[in-house]
Amino acid sequence: MDQAEWKLLKEIADLEKTPQGAYNIRRNGQLDSRGNTANIQILTKTEPGKSGIDIHIKPGTVHESVHIPVIISETGLSEMVYNDFFIGDGCDVDIIAGCGIHNTGCETSQHDGVHTFHVGKGSKVRYVERHYGEGPGSGKRIMNPQTVVYLEEGASIAMETTQIRGVDSTKRETKIFAGPGAEAVVTEKLLTHGDQSAESDMEIILEGEGATGRVISRSVAQDSSQQVFYPKMTGNGRCFGHVQCDSIIMGEARVSSIPAIVANSVDAQLIHEAAIGRIAGDQILKLMTLGLTEEEAEEKILDGFLQ
Amino acid sequence: MLEIKDLSYQVEGEAGRGLDILNGVSLSIGENKLVVITGPNGGGKTTLAKAIMGLVRPTGGSILWNGTDITQMDITGRARLGISYGFQQPPRFKGLRVRDLLALAAGSESLTREEGCQYLTKVGLCAHDYIDREVDASLSGGEVKRIEIATILARKGGLMIFDEPEAGIDLWSFAKLTETFQAIHRRREATLLIISHQERIIGLADEIVMIGDGKVAQHGPREEIFPQILANTAAGCSYLEEA
Repeated sequence: MDQAEWKLLKEIADLEKTPQGAYNIRRNGQLDSRGNTANIQILTKTEPGKSGIDIHIKPGTVHESVHIPVIISETGLSEMVYNDFFIGDGCDVDIIAGCGIHNTGCETSQHDGVHTFHVGKGSKVRYVERHYGEGPGSGKRIMNPQTVVYLEEGASIAMETTQIRGVDSTKRETKIFAGPGAEAVVTEKLLTHGDQSAESDMEIILEGEGATGRVISRSVAQDSSQQVFYPKMTGNGRCFGHVQCDSIIMGEARVSSIPAIVANSVDAQLIHEAAIGRIAGDQILKLMTLGLTEEEAEEKILDGFLQ
Repeated sequence: MLEIKDLSYQVEGEAGRGLDILNGVSLSIGENKLVVITGPNGGGKTTLAKAIMGLVRPTGGSILWNGTDITQMDITGRARLGISYGFQQPPRFKGLRVRDLLALAAGSESLTREEGCQYLTKVGLCAHDYIDREVDASLSGGEVKRIEIATILARKGGLMIFDEPEAGIDLWSFAKLTETFQAIHRRREATLLIISHQERIIGLADEIVMIGDGKVAQHGPREEIFPQILANTAAGCSYLEEA
């Protein structure tokens, strides 16, 4: 891997060397390197026409991590990848995914990924996904991730997705099915600029008794970029769901935030909050009275908001 | 030393006529003095304080801080010269924690937790409960106000302007706050300019400035001005007289 590729790895997975634990690095549509552990096994998919991996995590695996970054430095490369996670009962694991595109050419580079998680009873998963794009070329950088999660009884997932700058177009689809007592927490952070566009379509279905769901979405739309959010929480029994979307709009940007809550049971308790607004003038002024310039103040406010 | 010379601020009033918010204010405040600005609501106190910080651009006159004419200087420039201002109604920040704000105020990313906590204690907040909290809508008005005052303490500027610091603050915290003002004053750490209507704060002042109708109505030592204010307040209200 060259320097630019290591930089991508650092941005998306905070990796400066081969990670500890299990890992699978995909580079320009090919397997670059892989490591298994006694409890975590990664296998290449064998179905014809379906590129991707299956990740098997043994029941009772705790305090282990899996890194599965994808990097694209070849202009014009377009791929569709399927990754399936089979997480046994009673696990506690971190999964770090992410995609970085360095496009130096004029052709579009695109990564579409479908991640499916089967989370066993009582297991805890922290799933971190960062998207990042860069490169001097005029070619577009496009990422369309799909995530489907099945949580068995008492299982939980904390999903943190971040896309800060550099991705021209993204359409994100997330669907989580939460069984009895299961918990899904999705934290989404997004910053678009230039003429980028982003759409996030999300649904958490609280199927089981006592399931809980929480969506915290924070976004900043700068310049003439566009964002659309459709977070939906469906409650089918005694459950609790909360959707919170906050956006800062700047310049000529446009933001649509369309949260939905659907109760199919009298015991479903669902709440949504959504807000879109510019940076308040008095916030900038306050930070200027602390010695920051107007630009520094704006940056601090955005950094804090997306922290 | 803060010198304000013939300061005026005019806005467009009804029917396009000029409305004077400040009208020829001249003031001189000596180094490390504690001066309380008081006077009726709408008299121009906050506008004067904001004009010193640069939050309001005066339409005439000049402001000098330690001999430097800052009238045309922007807010950031004045802040870097040591002028600080605690907002009457401080803004909230989603995502910024109390410790982030204190570190920004202190101008040091490396502000330790311990240092941050000390500033909070000085405004009557139990530091460990607050230092990691976000300065967002989950805090009450009084809490945000005290955090605001803590940022001014952390700034350690040569001129600290507080705009009704007592507003929204409970009695116990208020007592702590007056002690803090007293301590800064006793150690001669800064010039304190406090807009207040509170007798206990007025009682700390070296000098009192009475502002009304955009003008300095009175300015002098506390011992001289305070009895007059009390006399005028009672005499000026016919309802009180009848009662």
